[in-house]
Parts: sequence; C-alpha cells; structure tokens
Amino acid sequence: MNFDFTEEQQLLADSVDAFMRDHCDFDAHRRIVATDLGYSTQNWARFAELGWLAIPFNEHDGGLGFGPTELSIVFERFGQSLVTEPYLANIVLAGGLLNRLGTVEQKTDWIPRLIAGDAQMGVAYAEKTGRYHLDQITTTAERTEQGWQISGHKIVALNAPNAEAIIVSARGEDELMLFLVNPKSAGIQLNGYPTLDGARAADLELRQVQVDAKARLGNQHAALPALVKTLDEATLCVCAEAVGAMTILLNKTTEYLKTRRQFGVPLSSFQALQHRATEMFIEIEQARSIVAMAVMAAESGIDVMRSVSAAKNRVGRAARLVGQEAIQLHGGIGITDELDVGHYVKRLMMIEALFGNTDWHLQRFAAG
Amino acid sequence: MNNTLSAADALFQDEVRQFLASEYPDDIRVRMDNQIELDRDDFVRWQKILFARGWAGVNWPTEFGGTGWTPIQKYIFANECARANTPRVVPFGLSMVGPVIYTFGNDAQKARFLPDILASNVWWCQGYSEPNAGSDLASLKTTAVRDGDDYIVNGTKTWNTYGQYADWIFCLVRTGTSDTKAQEGISFLLIDMRTPGITLSPIVLLDGTPEVNEVHFDNVRVPAENLIGVENEGWTYAKYLLSHERTGIAQVARSKTRLQHLKRRADATDNGGSSLLNDPFFSKKVYELETDLMALEYTELRVLASLAAGSAPGPASSILKIKGTEIAQAIDELYMEVAGHHMMAFVPAQFRSGFAGNAIGEGTAANAARVFLNNRKASIYGGSNEIQRNIISKQVLRL
Repeated sequence: MNFDFTEEQQLLADSVDAFMRDHCDFDAHRRIVATDLGYSTQNWARFAELGWLAIPFNEHDGGLGFGPTELSIVFERFGQSLVTEPYLANIVLAGGLLNRLGTVEQKTDWIPRLIAGDAQMGVAYAEKTGRYHLDQITTTAERTEQGWQISGHKIVALNAPNAEAIIVSARGEDELMLFLVNPKSAGIQLNGYPTLDGARAADLELRQVQVDAKARLGNQHAALPALVKTLDEATLCVCAEAVGAMTILLNKTTEYLKTRRQFGVPLSSFQALQHRATEMFIEIEQARSIVAMAVMAAESGIDVMRSVSAAKNRVGRAARLVGQEAIQLHGGIGITDELDVGHYVKRLMMIEALFGNTDWHLQRFAAG
Repeated sequence: MNNTLSAADALFQDEVRQFLASEYPDDIRVRMDNQIELDRDDFVRWQKILFARGWAGVNWPTEFGGTGWTPIQKYIFANECARANTPRVVPFGLSMVGPVIYTFGNDAQKARFLPDILASNVWWCQGYSEPNAGSDLASLKTTAVRDGDDYIVNGTKTWNTYGQYADWIFCLVRTGTSDTKAQEGISFLLIDMRTPGITLSPIVLLDGTPEVNEVHFDNVRVPAENLIGVENEGWTYAKYLLSHERTGIAQVARSKTRLQHLKRRADATDNGGSSLLNDPFFSKKVYELETDLMALEYTELRVLASLAAGSAPGPASSILKIKGTEIAQAIDELYMEVAGHHMMAFVPAQFRSGFAGNAIGEGTAANAARVFLNNRKASIYGGSNEIQRNIISKQVLRL
C-alpha cells in the first residue's frame, strides 16, 4: 500500500502549486469572476502550455495518458485557489465523453483543440425531472432524414454560455443518447448565468433542434454507461477539490481564532472552539483519506462506482461541517462578500449539488 | 395542563385572519411569496397598516399605545402573520428602542419619540457592534464626550442593518473613563442620522445584498437631551432589553409555515419516479425537524406561561434562540436540497423588484442558496449561539 506520489506526480503537484501561488490569489479570483466569461482566458492558455489540459486524454490522441491520481492532484489545488477555469466541463466531462464514445472523426475534431485550449465545451445532462437520475430525462431525440431532432429543457449546463459545442443528453428510441450541439443552432434558447462559485452555466430550451447524424456521440446503448462513468470521474475530481477548499478553510479559521481577541483573550483560548476546530481537522483528514481510497479504486478499476459514492457522501458530510463552522467561527465577517471564507463555502455548496448530493450517493452506495 | 384555545382566543384568531385577508396588500404579499427584496416603502406601508389597526405595539404597555394582548393572543397573532407570510416588522424601533424609551426615558423623550415609532413615521437602526466589539460588546470604543449641552461622538459601529433606510440610530457609547469596568462606562444615546459627521459604508453579504453597514461617527454633535436615563447606565438598559424582548426570537411560527411549504414542494418534486418527500433520507430530516419544532413551540409556550405568571424570562430564553436559529438554518438547507440543480445558480437581480430578464428555475429555487447564506447570520447575531450556550451553562447549570 503506497500513498506516495511518483516523481512525475510530485512534479505535477509542484508545478500546479507554483502556478496557483503566482496567478490565483483571492484578488485574482475576484477579478476573474467579475468578467463576462467567469474565467481567465490567459490562465486557460497557460494551462494548455503547461500540458494540464492533456492530462486525461490518450497518448494516441495527443494526451498525456494520465488518470485519476493526476486529476486529483490538479483538482485539490484548484480547490485551494478557487479556480473557476472550466477544466471540469471541458476536459473531464466533455473530454471524458469524447474519450469513451468519440468516433475517430469526432476525436480528431475536438480533442486536439481541447488540449490546445482552443475549444470551449459545455455539458447538458441535468433536467428538473429526475433530479440526479441521468436516464430519467424528458428531452427527446427523434430521428430525421439528416440525423436527429432534439426538443426539451436542460438546466445548469456547466460552461454552456462560453461553449461552441454543448454535449446534450436526450431520450431517443428507448435509450439515452448524447449529441454534440451547436448552441447557435436554430431552436435553441440559452439563458446564461453565474453560479455560486462565480463560474458560468446555462439553462437551455431546445425546440426541434436539428442535428446531423454524425453529431451523435456513441451508439447502441453506450451513452448512458459512458455518461455515468464520466460523471463518476468528475465526482472524484470535485471530491479532491473539496478537500483542497476545506484545507484552506481550516487554515483560515485557526488563524482567525488565534488573532481575533474578545474578552481580553484570543478566541483560540476557548476550549470549546479548540475542539470545534479539531473536529474540522478530523473531518478533513477523513475526507482526504476516502478520496485517496476512491482514487485508488478508480486506478484499479475495481468497485469504482461504490467507491466514488462513498467518497462523495463522506466528503459531502465533511464539507457541510467544515463550511458551516468556518463561517460561524469567523463571526460576522464570515458572511460578508469581502472575506474569502464565504467564497470557499460557496464552492463547497456547488460541489454538494454537483453529480448527486450527499444523500443520493449514500443511496447509490447502499444499493451496491 | 391544556392546550385548547378558549372561545375568546378562537374569536381573536378569526379576527386576525380576517384582518390579514383584507388588509395585507396583495402587491407586498406577492413580493414576499416570490422572495423579491422589499424596499423601504413596503416595510413602512405594512407597519402603518398594523398601526392603523392598533396592532403595531404588540408588546408595548397599553399606556403607550400597546395592544394589551395576553401571551396567547401574541402567540396567535405571530402564527397567523407567519401563515400569511407577512413582512417581518423591523425590530429596531418597535421592539428595541421603543421599549427602552418607555421604560427608561424621561417624559419629554417619550412624548417626542414614541408616537413616531409606533406609527412607523421614523425608521430606527441600531448602533451596538463594532469591528472589535462583537460578542464582547462591553468593550466598545465609540466615545461620547460631553461638550456643553452636547456630546461629541467618535467611532465606528458595524453590522448596522438597514442603516441606509434609517432616520435615527440608538447607540451604546462610551462615556466612562478607562478606570471604570467596561460595562459601567456605557451610555445609551439617540442620534439623528442626518447629523453632520455620520457616514455609512455598505457591507455586501454573501447573498449579494448590502443589508448591513458600517456607520462612521466623526465628531458628531448630539444634544445631551438625547441621552436615555443616566450616564454610564446604558449597559443596564441594553441588558434589560435583551432579557425582556424574547417573544418571537424562536421564530417558531415562521419556521412552521416554511416547513409545511417545504413538504408540499418536496412532495411535488420528482426524484426519479417518486417524490422527494418519499425519499426516506430526505423525509427523515423533514419529520425530525417537525418534531424539533413541536418541542420548540412548547418550550416557547412554557416560557410565555411563566412570563404570564409573573416570573422574569430567565436564561431559558437562550434555548429559544439556539434551537430556533438552528432549526431555521436546517430548514434553509432542506430548501436548497429541494431546489435541486438550480441551487447552484446565483442570480440576485432576479429577486429584486423591477427584474425584467429571463427567470432561472421555478419559483424561488434559484434563491435557495442565497437565503441559506444570508441566514447564517442568525446563529451569529443577537448574542451568538456560543454566548447563548455560555449563558445556559453558567446561569442554569451553574458550571
């Protein structure tokens, strides 16, 4: 049993750390989320230069051929620095689906451009109906002469306002289907908005949107399993991200407890508060451990779904405690927009709602 | 022991219901139901409607225009207002400085200030907390130095709610010297917000709203006749207020209404074939909150009953504050859960009047996270829940 990084992984970790230090402090975050895109095109270009956008793609397709461990290294650091660059939407979600389902042509069309940082993609699988059940959607796909006609309503599609192509799920011929859709197509109404963390998402209304046959991603019942696996990969990424965010919250909280004085003493002198900070620490370490477990499961390919659900549930419970305590222990300033603490908590709240919440994953874990 | 309404109380309940049905303005109700931020006029309009009915001073002695209601009547009124989802009465005038003035003020102050407070002609805000005086309020440093017939006030107050709407502010200020114990050097001073030297800095909260302010006092000249009671006795008046203004702190009625509404929403929310309310993990949380609320309601009734019997409220009211806020915050969390994916949206403009864009999500789903974030303040303000636990520990358990 080995928890150490390889030399290559350590280099990656150090490289991401350095970048975060130099380009991703809280002031930078504030400036970035205030832009129209909600991310920095400069940072995105630098991610590309550094090779990070190539991490999960096959070497055959121009990628680095890395896996869950490397992604977790990157995402933990993203979490520490409130990164809003759309790595999840482009590289993990869209990239993952292309990896699993893409034809040679589809991969050639998109993967090199994703790796180069030249393409922005969104993913639209969520609907009001069905909550976190990916197959219980009502958007439909009907076969046409040219290909397919899609009608329905998608919500909270990550990075959709910035995307030149959105991967949309729809029910057609009694199976779940995925399509690469141009958001400028006739019949699409896209309502973009910021999300809690400052990034961007959109609700989409699709009215008889025409897509080419070759816009379909995957066939013969392959789409749903691929979507599930891809979302599990993304779930693992955000679990690692949450560990990063929680670590910063604990550091800031202990720092505050040591410096803030009331009643003539630092808050850290109150045993009740020491214990609560300790509880945060324990929860974070448990979260870190279960992410390690799930990453190892993902690397081995054994019992992945259950491990991911265990991680999302356990991390979700930790994040709830750590987030709420971080605000409470900061007192009034904890609920201000000015302080960074609340922004970390908002990202944790996003993660709670992404890819199935704490309870949903407990049920999936229990169902085996 | 019994919990049935007397015939008289049942009649009163009807009377309140009829009043709300006919007098609660539709436009305000629609804004409240859709969680559209109210503006200054909305609050004032509602309070004036209550005043016109003689129901503004719920806890005031009849001598000063109060309702003279029994604890049960007050409880009924709170329940019915919660069920109708009326705006919360802004507490700073009617529930805070008003009672201080009629208890400790002189006749001139009572005559000058009370009628306008009761009629909501004047909007009051509170000047208590400071950047370095939160839980340790007694360590406050805003000074008021006597200069002839005036005090000169210097300092900074913070977490001042709705100061941007306010006409007057009541402040705890330091008039004592550094020799005296902190609590023994504090005075209670009333200050006109238009006095030269007062500036406001808005503080934006995590929900994107500038609900609170820092208030800066730079050589602000305040007539000494605006001092309440005796110099250096201000802490006593503030403490009296804290220990007596406890009805409603548990927000039981509001939480009950919200929880019932939540159940209906959850029942109508698809969770992959069956409703979210049928999901055992979700429903356990809902029904446990329901039993928590029933327990809290009866704790409040016990406190009210002992008040009616003449006892002082005592530290048991700390339970009401702790459990009331924790339950309300737990309900906020469940609303986020019910909202599903749309809890991830952050669209403050959609919940302000005059919004003309494309609404995101159904109803208030896209507001659930903002409500949760804003209400994190409840366990922090009004004497944080940590302080409330200290009070119980020391004064009830004698640890």
